[in-house]
Amino acid sequence: MSQVHYLTTPLTDEDIMNLKAGDIVYLSGTLFTARDAAHKRLVDLIENKEELPFPLQGAVIYFVGPTPPKPGDPIGSAGPTTSYRMDSYSPTLIKYGLKGMIGKGKRNQEVKDACKEYKAVYFGATGGAGALLGKLIKDAKVIAYEELGPEAIRMLKVENFPVTVINDAYGNDLYEEGRKQYEVKD
Amino acid sequence: MREIAYEDIVKAVKNMVIHTATNLPEDALKKLKEAHEKEKSPVAKKVLEQLLENAEIAREEKRPLCQDTGLAVYFVKIGQDVKITGGLLKDAINEGTEQGYVEGYLRASTCDCFTRENLKDKIGYNLPAVIHIDLVEGDTIEIEYAAKGGGSENVSRARVLAPAQGREGVIDFVKSVISEAGPNPCPPIIVGVGIGGTFEKAAISSKFALFREAGKPHPDPEVAEFEKELLYELNKLGIGAMGMGGTETVLAVHVEKNPCHIASLPVSVNVQCHSSRHSHVTL
Repeated sequence: MSQVHYLTTPLTDEDIMNLKAGDIVYLSGTLFTARDAAHKRLVDLIENKEELPFPLQGAVIYFVGPTPPKPGDPIGSAGPTTSYRMDSYSPTLIKYGLKGMIGKGKRNQEVKDACKEYKAVYFGATGGAGALLGKLIKDAKVIAYEELGPEAIRMLKVENFPVTVINDAYGNDLYEEGRKQYEVKD
Repeated sequence: MREIAYEDIVKAVKNMVIHTATNLPEDALKKLKEAHEKEKSPVAKKVLEQLLENAEIAREEKRPLCQDTGLAVYFVKIGQDVKITGGLLKDAINEGTEQGYVEGYLRASTCDCFTRENLKDKIGYNLPAVIHIDLVEGDTIEIEYAAKGGGSENVSRARVLAPAQGREGVIDFVKSVISEAGPNPCPPIIVGVGIGGTFEKAAISSKFALFREAGKPHPDPEVAEFEKELLYELNKLGIGAMGMGGTETVLAVHVEKNPCHIASLPVSVNVQCHSSRHSHVTL
């Protein structure tokens, strides 16, 4: 049965082990945004043993490229982007302390294996709900790679940001299980 | 010869781009509401609720429905009795697109294919737009516009089948594309299928099919029947809203059929996410 959790970042191993695919989580605290180009730079930094622009330990990365904020707003619309493009980078980040990723769409086996081995989870947020999710972001500040525009790394403050656990640290996958339940075979 | 000024086209396009980013059109909204009513999975039903709430917030607060404000795609019908004064039609559409994306606080999502750089002076503000022009009778310009997101576009596929594969082959191909896409294109989706013509004709037809009012059957009853059959088959996949499992994966299937070469059977599938942002203007 699906459970509801309220969690604050940074996430701990204990937080992670309490989560199961299909659970609903309301996240509060800090999220870091990063997309394709920013991920490449983060992994390059790790490989060169250089300092990262934010602490990875317990961190949650949100795969998002928001619209520009209107005057007076911290951020524009901010729904998740498709996650598979980050698949080649995520296992390295997980190994070095990343605990959660928020995106939409399938992850590959390497990411799922890394979640199991190093205790991390992949959360799904509702794709296209950019207006709704952008409203739940109380503060946003570019902390690295401003020149990347929508792909820059931002530090977000969120309150009760709604996500669903897709891949948990036990190897479960909500996309596969949910689909099996409603599939009609000939 | 009726004259239409370049500046009037720029203005009309700009307004359309800004309006479309924040207002989910009635046809898409109606289909989402129907899906919400019919959905059997409680998880998917909750997602659909969020999407309806999102549309309301976007409209009321003039926030973009989705952070992916798309690449601008136009189908333009220009009457042959129209003369455009003051510049080229293509330039006017591009200028209106740029103004709309900048003034509407929409995301600049265009970049160089290889360097991935967003060069705002050249291509940054969603330029150049993708424009399909058709010359028709009359003295008006009809511009149909869609903001096409990357997530759903990425799962679109085209293939040239062998004629012997026939109708069943088309169904199998469409099913395989949507099954493989799973949660990635932000279901519930609208599926455009272009059949026949040549390779590129099938692809353009599949995009054109997405511009039709959501769920409106094709005027040819045989094609309309095929659309119904595909819709039924695709919803059996169980993908559900955002891929979390459910009965309502596809809101509508639109098929466009063209005669083709005796040796080939081209078919293209173009996917539209639930945020089906499209509108039109007639000048």
